[in-house]
Amino acid sequence: MKRKLLTGNGAAAWGARLAKADYIPAFPITPQTEIIETLAKWIDTDEMEGRLVTLESEHSMITAAGTAASTGVRVFTATSSQGLLYAMEMLYTVAGWRAPLVLVNVSRGLSAPITLEADHNDVMAARDSGFLQIHCSTCQEVLDGVIMAYRISEDQKIRLPIIVNLDGFYLSFTREPVELPDKEAVDAFLPPFDAGNIKLRANMPESQAVVVLGGSPYSYFRYEMHLAEMNGLNIYESVAGEFKKHFGREYASVESYRTDDAEYLFVMMGSFATKAKEAVDRLRDAGWTIGLLRPRLFRPFPAPTFQKLCRGKKAVAVIDQNLSMGKGGILHGELASALYGHNEMPTILASFIGGLGGRDISTEEFFEMANVIKRSFEEGSTPPPRLLYTDEELREIRKLQTIANVERNSLKGEQ
Amino acid sequence: MNENIKKLKDLPSTHLMGTGTPMCAGCGGLEALHQVYDILGKNTVIINAAGCMTLLSVYPFTPFSGSWIYTAMASAPAGAQGVRDALDILRKKGSITEEEDLQVVVLTGDGSAYGMGMSATSGAMDRDLDFIYLCYDNEGYGNTGQQYSQATPHAAQTATSKSALGFTGYKKDLFSIWAAHKPAYVATVIGSEPLDLAKKIEKAKGLKGPKMIIALSPCPTGWDFDPSKTVDIGKLAVKTGIWPLKEYIDGKVIHTKIPKKRLNIEAYLKEQGRFSHLFEPTRNESLLAELQKKVDTYWEEIENG
Repeated sequence: MKRKLLTGNGAAAWGARLAKADYIPAFPITPQTEIIETLAKWIDTDEMEGRLVTLESEHSMITAAGTAASTGVRVFTATSSQGLLYAMEMLYTVAGWRAPLVLVNVSRGLSAPITLEADHNDVMAARDSGFLQIHCSTCQEVLDGVIMAYRISEDQKIRLPIIVNLDGFYLSFTREPVELPDKEAVDAFLPPFDAGNIKLRANMPESQAVVVLGGSPYSYFRYEMHLAEMNGLNIYESVAGEFKKHFGREYASVESYRTDDAEYLFVMMGSFATKAKEAVDRLRDAGWTIGLLRPRLFRPFPAPTFQKLCRGKKAVAVIDQNLSMGKGGILHGELASALYGHNEMPTILASFIGGLGGRDISTEEFFEMANVIKRSFEEGSTPPPRLLYTDEELREIRKLQTIANVERNSLKGEQ
Repeated sequence: MNENIKKLKDLPSTHLMGTGTPMCAGCGGLEALHQVYDILGKNTVIINAAGCMTLLSVYPFTPFSGSWIYTAMASAPAGAQGVRDALDILRKKGSITEEEDLQVVVLTGDGSAYGMGMSATSGAMDRDLDFIYLCYDNEGYGNTGQQYSQATPHAAQTATSKSALGFTGYKKDLFSIWAAHKPAYVATVIGSEPLDLAKKIEKAKGLKGPKMIIALSPCPTGWDFDPSKTVDIGKLAVKTGIWPLKEYIDGKVIHTKIPKKRLNIEAYLKEQGRFSHLFEPTRNESLLAELQKKVDTYWEEIENG
């Protein structure tokens, strides 16, 4: 084991290398590119075995990933944002093939307007696909997450693909000290891929992914997928337990930070959760009893764990770095459905939207959110969803619009 | 190169593929697929894209004695890439033997080949993927009721081109587009010319790299003719010069069956309801002349070298 300064992208590439991925179908997209460049370099210089092939689109990339996994090799692939959406048909499809593989998504906001910076609308769009989802908040977690993801995805009780998510820019390009496990230690934790009965060989003809006629067989296979994914709740815990034994690092399905005696909670995902931790510390210094819950496992959704961790709390602020148009925060809705109707659940579950397209969430905004949920609890009514935006930001936008209008008018004058 | 097939009697007398599939009676695509599969044999994996043939394997039945995987409409060649690469990786590792290896075959209709799947096909050829691509071309989106596709010929009536002019576009020259990629092999075939077809598939089987086959597939339901006429119409497609049988290999295009005395294209068109508006209620002389001229021009260029 050694320590190394790695970006989130570098950590993802190391995860694939240590997991001995056989096959890496690739397609470049910002901010994921460093992952495939790193892997390509290692393969070119014989530092890593395996084959990397650049396809002509992410749709093709996920198709090749799925068929290769269905033929019986260990597959790693990575994308972001528009790429994930371009591949969306195949995400659903290869999950239905029960093709185990690891897809790293480097989160980035979706077009339009087109942007490069992070939010979670891309990965949330894959929510119902059958891919499991692990969300990371540090570079160490990215590396460890990829290695754990293979164990979970390839488990005979699951056999579904899995997404390991990290935030573009904030994590993909940020260097952090990362403990690199020895490859022998990883080998001891992660055995070679056992394709089981899913493979293509000349001596054992197999039809995969065939048509079904009628709703009954269709429902059967879709239910099977769901039940397999639900097995992920227990299997995640046992894999995380084993990971801790092997490597000493602990990854609960829901990370809880200073929550034991907390009356109030923030809930958020990804790298911005580290900002929430900072806010929790400062609020605690000011006398608050507040904590943070961060779902690491998002699919399957760890509902029982949330019920346990939220029991007896007064109020919760769910901060979504995504926006479901016409509804609001996706995590907020997920959590509401997980908690509703259970005993001693928080009376206030407030929704906040922030951090879209890489927009920062300031410590002051965390303070304000804490004030809002405390006041709501005292008044006994849930506040309407709030879209985080400051007067200063609005002034800046108005300024841009004024400039645009002046430019347009001056061009008209010239004609 | 294997040259086992020289005469009609060298062709297999029974088909390897099972019967009882949900394809329409008289399906020209299935006719071609039977013949292709006889040559390729069971040590194949077919990577299928959305189309009529997707219904060949319906859970839990399959007519194939080899393997099959259905992908999606746009990306069957990418699926072939994943399978081929995985098999190569397993071979290199010693995890599978040569006997366990498979010939990778893409099977799509014209909707995928001429349109939605073109980018993935171009990519596979660009990467010099070792595979066979069989396109059964019935000149329209047949599985959804024969709407016009990029393979639909000029003037043909389809479910979405029912005017007196029929389809106003022109059939895309997929053979040339494929050949422009300089793959190992490109060929046109038709089920009604089994010897020509078998020789080409036999040749393709012995080559490494992308082997690209377009089978014109007379379609009783889509083209509106009696299922008993599939073979006749296929023969007429060749005799009128509408469907030139040719191959591209080593940078050259060779016509493998040049019709000695080309029949007037009317012989082919008249047999099909999709062209009946050219004859009834009145003959559309100018459109018929235009269609004939297009075929004549093609062959004059070939004949004049």
